[in-house]
Amino acid sequence: MLLVVEQFLNGLQFGLLLFLLAAGLTLVFGIMDLVNLAHGSLYMMGAYFAATFAAWTGSFLLGALMALGATLVLGVVLEVTALRHLYGRDHLDHVLATFGLILFFNEAVRLIWGPAGLALPLPAWLTVPVPILPGIHYPAYRLAIIVVALLVALLLYLGVMRTRIGMLIRAGASNREMIGALGINIKLLYTLVFGLGAALAGLAGLMQAPILTVQIGMGENILILAFVIIVIGGIGSIRGAFLAAIFVGMIDTLGRAFLPNLLRQVLSGAAASTAAPALSSMLIYLLMAIVLVVRPEGLFPANRR
Amino acid sequence: MKAFTVSKAVTVLLLAGLVLLPLYSQLSGDIFILTLFTRIIILALAAASLNLIMGFGGMMSFGHAAYLGIGGYAVGMLAQEGVGSGFIQFPVALAASAIFALVIGALSLRTRGVYFIMITLAFAQMAYYVASGLARYGGDDGLTIYKRSDFSGLIDLGNRVEFFYLCLACLFGGIFLIWRIVNSRFGLVVQGLRSNEQRMQAIGFPAKRYQLVCFVISGTMCGLAGALLANNTDFVSPAVMYWTRSGDLMVMVILGGMGTLIGPVMGAVVFLLLEEFLSQITEYWALIMGPLLLLIVLFGRGGIMGMLGRAGRG
Repeated sequence: MLLVVEQFLNGLQFGLLLFLLAAGLTLVFGIMDLVNLAHGSLYMMGAYFAATFAAWTGSFLLGALMALGATLVLGVVLEVTALRHLYGRDHLDHVLATFGLILFFNEAVRLIWGPAGLALPLPAWLTVPVPILPGIHYPAYRLAIIVVALLVALLLYLGVMRTRIGMLIRAGASNREMIGALGINIKLLYTLVFGLGAALAGLAGLMQAPILTVQIGMGENILILAFVIIVIGGIGSIRGAFLAAIFVGMIDTLGRAFLPNLLRQVLSGAAASTAAPALSSMLIYLLMAIVLVVRPEGLFPANRR
Repeated sequence: MKAFTVSKAVTVLLLAGLVLLPLYSQLSGDIFILTLFTRIIILALAAASLNLIMGFGGMMSFGHAAYLGIGGYAVGMLAQEGVGSGFIQFPVALAASAIFALVIGALSLRTRGVYFIMITLAFAQMAYYVASGLARYGGDDGLTIYKRSDFSGLIDLGNRVEFFYLCLACLFGGIFLIWRIVNSRFGLVVQGLRSNEQRMQAIGFPAKRYQLVCFVISGTMCGLAGALLANNTDFVSPAVMYWTRSGDLMVMVILGGMGTLIGPVMGAVVFLLLEEFLSQITEYWALIMGPLLLLIVLFGRGGIMGMLGRAGRG
């Protein structure tokens, strides 16, 4: 029981982190029609910034806030210098150019911070276990991730659905030329959206940093998960990304936790221990395959075109 | 006869250079260049196979490195289990790649555009994780192949020059096959589907079936490259199918010129030589390579073949 609740919360926490990453990716794709592989690099930079700033200032929160600002600025700079020139071009060009950016970022990080990973230590008040149900404790930090991510998701929803900027963003997603013709500074809007997406990726990275080590390439595996989420949820749909992210986070976490035991009851011990790691890492891709067979356009496609 | 062009001249020079390379290596005693070019030729075959679906078929696969891994693992796993004969290893490698391509293709072709890019990427990454989980065959650390594929007297893969020519023959064979496919009725249909799928379907061609067959041919060809690559390095590991490798293959195709016969070979040669050259200057070669890719995409339309074509006209 304890384990089930704990793994359930872990799955939720992982899913919410994935959502932060996928939301930026799907926003940038939905509005600018840009496939940004370097989104995972922004996630990585968020983690590196947080580790560095936290060490400088001696405060985790201050470091995290500064890292958030730094990733936002980095995103804006990246958009203005490089990615802006890719709008309206072939998706293949996006893939290649942002692939080049990943090489650049990985190498730049190695040059600045060295090949060894960094650690981002948590302050004492975040490491205590919190009782969530009678007799069940859960680490305060993971709980904090869940709360922060849910809050951000809510803010994002309200921001996109209820504010003027959000209205422009939605209008931009459905018809780019039109809102440009109506006198909206579309360039500025694009830069803003990209900065927002970068900040979300940075937030995901810096929140994940204390749990895993901060290292080169940390953004790449999670980026592919974010792709899977976007495909399952439907490209350009934030709601779809949210539901698919939670779903994928759960399946992945629960699969890794419980599949080995389940298999052991069906297969012999040796066969189970060989098959389990391979099978549990395949789970979400199988899920994606099933979704594709049933609904090729994703579960919650945004209403476009 | 068509007139002389710069791109033709460069192509002939390149191919002649590849054929004569072992001679140079023997005369100068430079063994490294032979090893380097064996690798280049194998990856050129992989890039050429990717070009078949990407350049001619318009299917942007971002998971092509998976076949390199599958072909390689077929050789490695059979060798591990004591099956050393190349007459078994290579057909198994090709069949395994073909089956993988068939399943992945059937699923991925239900989508198009960006979805297709992401899905092929995700499936290749799945193959990567599965290989990492194969504890019996080395898992993350990879699998050392102690004995190269044995073609009992026909050809000795342990001999550098013989292996080089085998790889070169496979590359030429692959390009010849692609040339025949592209100019056949089948190839014309696939290219028609690239330009306008709806129109082709309206004429009455079963679009997905044509594309799937093309996808499987390409995957099988890349599986052959994988089997050769495993023999070249005497080693196969999940890293072979890591997604950056798929990206490298894509870059080779674009760099050389998508949708041209010789472009991918040109791209592979330039890309890998550049990588070799930059990594000798600085440990941080990717710091230069990354922005260079960005610039090639932004300014170099049509890749090397495109530029040669323009040079020929201008």
